[in-house]
Amino acid sequence: MTPPAARSANPLTLKERMKVPRQQMPEQEAALRSANFTEVNLGYSPELARQEALRCLECAKTTCMQKCPVGVKVKEFVQLIVAGDFAGAAAKIREDNVLPAITGRVCPQEDHCEAACTLGKAKNVRPLGIGYLERFVADYEQRMGIRHLPKVPPTGKKVAVVGSGPSGLTVAGDLAQRGHKVCVFEALHELGGVLVYGIPEFRLPKQIIREQLDYLRDMGVEFETDVVVGRTVTIDELMGEEGYDAVFIGTGAGSPQFMGIPGEHLNGVYSANEFLTRINLMKAYQFPRYDEPMVDLHGKDVAVIGGGNTALDAIRSSLRLGARKAYVIYRRSEAEMPARIEEAHHAQQEGIEFHMLTNPVEFLSDGKGWLAGARCVRMELGEPDASGRRRPIPVAGSEFDLPLSVVVIAVGTSANPIVQSTTPGLATDKRGYIQADANTQRTSRKGVFAGGDIVTGSATVILAMGAGRRAAKSIDEYLTSGAWEAPAA
Amino acid sequence: MFKILQAQLLAPGIKRFVIEAPRIAHKQKPGQFVILRINELGERIPITIESSDPVAGTINIVVQAVGKTTHLLHCLGAGDSLADVVGPLGKPSEITKFGTVVVVGGGVGTAMAYPTAAALKRAGNQVISIIGARNKELVLLEKEMSAVSDLLLVTTDDGSYAEKGFVTDKLRELIEAGTRIDLVLAVGPVVMMKAVAELTRPAQIRTVVSLNPIMIDGTGMCGGCRVLVDGKSQFACVDGPEFDAHLVNFEVLVQRNAMYREAERRSMEEFAKERAAQEERAREQMGVECAALPGGER
Repeated sequence: MTPPAARSANPLTLKERMKVPRQQMPEQEAALRSANFTEVNLGYSPELARQEALRCLECAKTTCMQKCPVGVKVKEFVQLIVAGDFAGAAAKIREDNVLPAITGRVCPQEDHCEAACTLGKAKNVRPLGIGYLERFVADYEQRMGIRHLPKVPPTGKKVAVVGSGPSGLTVAGDLAQRGHKVCVFEALHELGGVLVYGIPEFRLPKQIIREQLDYLRDMGVEFETDVVVGRTVTIDELMGEEGYDAVFIGTGAGSPQFMGIPGEHLNGVYSANEFLTRINLMKAYQFPRYDEPMVDLHGKDVAVIGGGNTALDAIRSSLRLGARKAYVIYRRSEAEMPARIEEAHHAQQEGIEFHMLTNPVEFLSDGKGWLAGARCVRMELGEPDASGRRRPIPVAGSEFDLPLSVVVIAVGTSANPIVQSTTPGLATDKRGYIQADANTQRTSRKGVFAGGDIVTGSATVILAMGAGRRAAKSIDEYLTSGAWEAPAA
Repeated sequence: MFKILQAQLLAPGIKRFVIEAPRIAHKQKPGQFVILRINELGERIPITIESSDPVAGTINIVVQAVGKTTHLLHCLGAGDSLADVVGPLGKPSEITKFGTVVVVGGGVGTAMAYPTAAALKRAGNQVISIIGARNKELVLLEKEMSAVSDLLLVTTDDGSYAEKGFVTDKLRELIEAGTRIDLVLAVGPVVMMKAVAELTRPAQIRTVVSLNPIMIDGTGMCGGCRVLVDGKSQFACVDGPEFDAHLVNFEVLVQRNAMYREAERRSMEEFAKERAAQEERAREQMGVECAALPGGER
């Protein structure tokens, strides 16, 4: 352990800091929240935030920052919270992260900064609540209407960003800060990509996204909705007649995967993307005030297939829409679930039942075209597979039927082909994802960069933002020097 | 916002809208569609593009009033705006010289088949068009179709115009007469497209249909428009909307299109209840009359 920095405002000794318990995130009671779409986590008060910030050991070696995909200067912003300078703390985060109110809510800090935190290495001591603190200062900044706008002169360069999800917005913010003109193109009618159509209100309120977008607008970023790049306009046209000097492609993971089992076309079987889009983007739960309908879930039994965050978002939404029983069906065990621990915990509190080591083999019909249930099989874990997780193997003779009215399939996505198929010379991998250099995010096309899920396949908001940040740095270098070195294939 | 420049009643309950959408007009090819949303509370619906004018920056769509959204659209006229129009979506029709092509248009499907028929004619095909409607008033684009066809056959269900019968009767006659047919393109109600597929299957005539499943985003993101083609899931929005008719599972399409029938009925009922208010608002704000509404006389 290293001694605290000389200019620390923290009055506690290291020993005292280790004795302060991690401050709990105030949350809406489970019984109450499982019937509404209001945010589960309520956020720290200034007192709680300062108390939590006091726990930081202010290590000389900031592994927390190194583990952050966008490199947030954790120690420095936490020190500013200790000093009571919340606005300063927000400005410090913004040097590296243009969407702090979003990452403060949905980033899996337990896999990044908090996993690296020295506090967590000590016996019975939990890591610093870095995500909670980030959220606190981001919300403070928002409430106070604080803006840190770029003061650099315009460079005269124009960059097109394809997709307004986390990677695209990060690129836009970072480039605007360097004086470049940025226009973000979005296929849907609302901005935010997966943040808007995918993540539900109770985890990430739309208002928070809107405020973060307003911040980007104030920084000079322009947005155009209803543009499907590849169809409405191509990458070549953007770089040709529309005069963009560079393009960043951040179109996301795209197409939902189905399981290829019988009964998938029955009414009542949804992809997670469709189910969540109807709810989050189209507000189908407010039908008929909103026009888009969805299956009425009141009193119905609903299951989601899959163990990721998307699966939990879908099933927790169904509970809020009146489902009687809500199940998670996952073919591996709890230890392999890719979802955030906090979200799985929240789901359990809300009364979601978990069928672990279970997989559907067929969706059953009621004889009138509607889903009546799922025929499932028990699984056991064998040797580790390519993903390093133990491979699930069906147990012979273990089939059983689960009566269900609605099934949501959340088993992953595959690459959306629209941009790739309309951009000659843009190299893709075998699965159709765009090939981009891991450090510079350069693609095989000069001036074209890509990042986020369309390069890596489904990942997290923060990893997409990390790619966006690397891309922005390398776009800036390209625009300044004009030098282009094709990435190694 | 996307401005409506013109709205013209083509037949009872069927209107053509000319919409300002320069980016779409610049790119549109026959067979492609747009997704539109009327206002902030609206649903997203797919509509095939009839034609476009890249110079004027406009697209034409032909819309039949069937549900709430299309009825609401019919209340709009020149000067009004739509919240969102996105496209052109879907793969364009395959346009090449096939030889003799039979284009079958049923009801409002005629307007959707028209641009492809015209393009096929331009590509040097012999085009035989068969268009059908319930009655005389509902026969669409007869002049336009005639201009791009070497032979135009018209049917009405009730015999109030041209020949009494269905488009499939005419197609059967052509096949039975031994007419050489290299391709059949059918656009219209699912029952019609299915009947066409069943007719051409034994004759082994390559047949393409344009499918109309329920869609949301139209970019391959949601998978709601999945159709069963040759036993596999395909997304009509990115893999289609045109598919080999002999491989399409029409039963699944009919079943999935009925998924929200109850909700659609309720939406329509509530809309009809507000009809008086809607018409009043339409007159005040837009100076146009609402088109046919359920229970209406028009």
